[in-house]
Amino acid sequence: MEDLKKFLVEKVLTFESDTLLPETEKKLQQIRREKISTPVIYLASGTGSIIAGSEKTFLAIRSYLDDNGTVSDLVRVGCSGPANFEPFLCIQLPGKNKLFFRNITEEKVEPLLNGIFHNDINEEDLAGQKGTRGFEMWPGIPFLEELPFFSRQKRVVLENCGCYDPENIDEYIARGGFRAFVKAIRHYTFEEVCTIVEKSGLRGRSGGGYPAGLKWKQALNTGSSSRYLICNAKESDPGAFTDRTILESDPHRLVEGIAIASYAIGASSALIFLRYGSEHARFRIQKAIDNAREYGLLGHNIFQSGYNLDIEIRIEPGAFVCGEETALISSLEGKRGMPKLKPPYPTTAGLFGKPTVINNVETLMNVPLIMQNGPEWYRSLGTEKSPGTKVFAITGKCRITGVVEVEMGTEIKTILEDIADGIKEGKEFKAIQLGGASGSFITSDNLDITIDYEVMKEKNISMGAGGFVVVDENTCMVDLVRYYMEFMRHGSCGKCIPCREGTGRMLEILEGVIRKPSNDDSGTTLERFKGVMQLENIASVMKDTSLCGLGQTAPNPFISALKNFREEFEEHIFDRKCRANICRGLRTFSIDVDKCTGCTACASKCPVNAIYGTRLQPFFIVVEKCTGCGICFDICKFSAITVK
Amino acid sequence: MSTDIESIFKKYKQGRREYLIPLLQEIQNDLGYLSEEAIVRVGSFVGLSTTKIYGLATFYDQFRFVPSGKVQIKICHGTSCFLNGSQSVTDKIKEETGIIPGQTTRDGIFSYEIVTCMGGCNNGPLISINGEYHTGVKAEQLPDLIRKLRFIIEND
Repeated sequence: MEDLKKFLVEKVLTFESDTLLPETEKKLQQIRREKISTPVIYLASGTGSIIAGSEKTFLAIRSYLDDNGTVSDLVRVGCSGPANFEPFLCIQLPGKNKLFFRNITEEKVEPLLNGIFHNDINEEDLAGQKGTRGFEMWPGIPFLEELPFFSRQKRVVLENCGCYDPENIDEYIARGGFRAFVKAIRHYTFEEVCTIVEKSGLRGRSGGGYPAGLKWKQALNTGSSSRYLICNAKESDPGAFTDRTILESDPHRLVEGIAIASYAIGASSALIFLRYGSEHARFRIQKAIDNAREYGLLGHNIFQSGYNLDIEIRIEPGAFVCGEETALISSLEGKRGMPKLKPPYPTTAGLFGKPTVINNVETLMNVPLIMQNGPEWYRSLGTEKSPGTKVFAITGKCRITGVVEVEMGTEIKTILEDIADGIKEGKEFKAIQLGGASGSFITSDNLDITIDYEVMKEKNISMGAGGFVVVDENTCMVDLVRYYMEFMRHGSCGKCIPCREGTGRMLEILEGVIRKPSNDDSGTTLERFKGVMQLENIASVMKDTSLCGLGQTAPNPFISALKNFREEFEEHIFDRKCRANICRGLRTFSIDVDKCTGCTACASKCPVNAIYGTRLQPFFIVVEKCTGCGICFDICKFSAITVK
Repeated sequence: MSTDIESIFKKYKQGRREYLIPLLQEIQNDLGYLSEEAIVRVGSFVGLSTTKIYGLATFYDQFRFVPSGKVQIKICHGTSCFLNGSQSVTDKIKEETGIIPGQTTRDGIFSYEIVTCMGGCNNGPLISINGEYHTGVKAEQLPDLIRKLRFIIEND
């Protein structure tokens, strides 16, 4: 163990030349498992995989190997992207291409491994093969890279995700890791690193798209004695999980990115602000930091360069507003996470009044790549104004969900139709929601928009941090907007009135729209109409007068939904109808007398006893009592219950 | 209990406000909640009034002030789970247990909280019961499940 560490430090990390010795390369190939003499089994092990049952699969494989006396390596790797394929398993036999299998739950392990080791491959669960040079191809099996899900992606930031053991720093170093950092601290000044990143055109991936190099220079040129770097890994938008996937699948590169960024601004202390509840991610990033410290990559006087750095993890205590820079800093200082007026910006007076740079996970993941391959290489990706790639977390009603990475300039249509493979169960597409709870909707008219900060700004669409929620015809837009508003009301810190009162009032009105009126007299209807007329007004006031980004963007889902789906709002308000049949308060159920057999299944399950009848005779529903929960609709075997 | 807090205090420097949140987090991890005594002692350790500490702790979602139940339920309210119907799951749990998020039932058996995303977006609605994940949960399964859990705890 100590020998390997010494070898990696001396012959790889601090080796004088960029080209390594041939015998070093040979040993690195072994560490990368490119030359193997026994089979290797790789199992995805992110949170998504664990929820799908990967730990049970792991134990099943382990006991299979022990029982059969098969000599084989079993490695936990990160997530390679498609969430539907979990537990995602990869098997590599010596001299042959890797084979990938999808949805390998514990009971499938034995037949699968029996087949593989006896040359009889089960085609049913097979996802494809992945080729590396010098390996024998499996005949008649498609390549994984040819699947639209992978072929339309450009995996740069995510290239290591799912390929190596994230708890093993040796593998990361063997893949070329940390060499960019060592090069930076040995050969470049602070200023030079900032200039390289500025030249690359890297823009902050948190949504705003502020040039990262510029931000660093601002902090560097303040003339303060100490500075801080904060990695914002909070990611509390509902439906975004890109940062967590990165932290779980490739934590070492994040550590390297933080280290380079800290060096660039001359910070000797870096903090990772991690979301509470991501225990798995916390464990892996902590291990990555500890390993880096062991190898002398963090700590005092790193590789005799005179530069000191330490990285600390802080767990965010659960407040959505802490994603905002100044609120995040308040929280780290041990105060309530409330935003402050800007300027001064954190780059001049941030944490403890010192210049502070806050970058998100994806931005920092790009940094080692830029340092390694040069700014020109980075500029060659993406578009002129927005170079590079963008990572999205696709969720919702599409066939394939998961974390994907596309080049800037890709059309949204490509992501939806090729990568996500369209809408589930042949339903009609309705909208895509980008940018989480403060984002806007993209409808079928706008699907040709390209992923690019400038283009999207022009169309008034926020890129967001990576949420890509696909919505189909079975989703009620009013209910979805209400859901986002509820989230925002909970997330509002309460410091400024427009946001605190505005989110509350908007939620109240939206709830009134979807609620069943207790008595449908003209009074409640009038109140409802009066409220609805105020919605747009409240939204614009909030946008103009709120203190921070949360309040300013909170009405976005509503504004954009109203613009694109006005008729749906009007149906709810005037006709008291929900076309997706989602809003419970507006649903009325009735029983088709011709189809009802009088089996009593619905009546026995009705939570409010609103269904009456005699056994073997058609039943009926008392509309006044019905709460619209829909249990009877789901339970009826004869489709006798209709909904209006 | 007091010795536990003492050993946590040893790891931090006295009177430094920036360690307040990590300190409270560690106490909560240890005790399961923030007791009145803990808040008072943290106050004198950090040099802040108890009301300030309480004000800060109630601001954040993570902190709780009553012991959690023997069965801890987490309901995912991420967008994907919401689209798949997590609202009805939450409503049902609320109805069955009679408490709101962050509270504990009087018999000390159940407590639940709502989280934004647990990472099982493909299999929503997702709930976790004492760390064990249940995917594709339907509201009508819950009364049976809760009855079963209560039976197990009561007869344990």
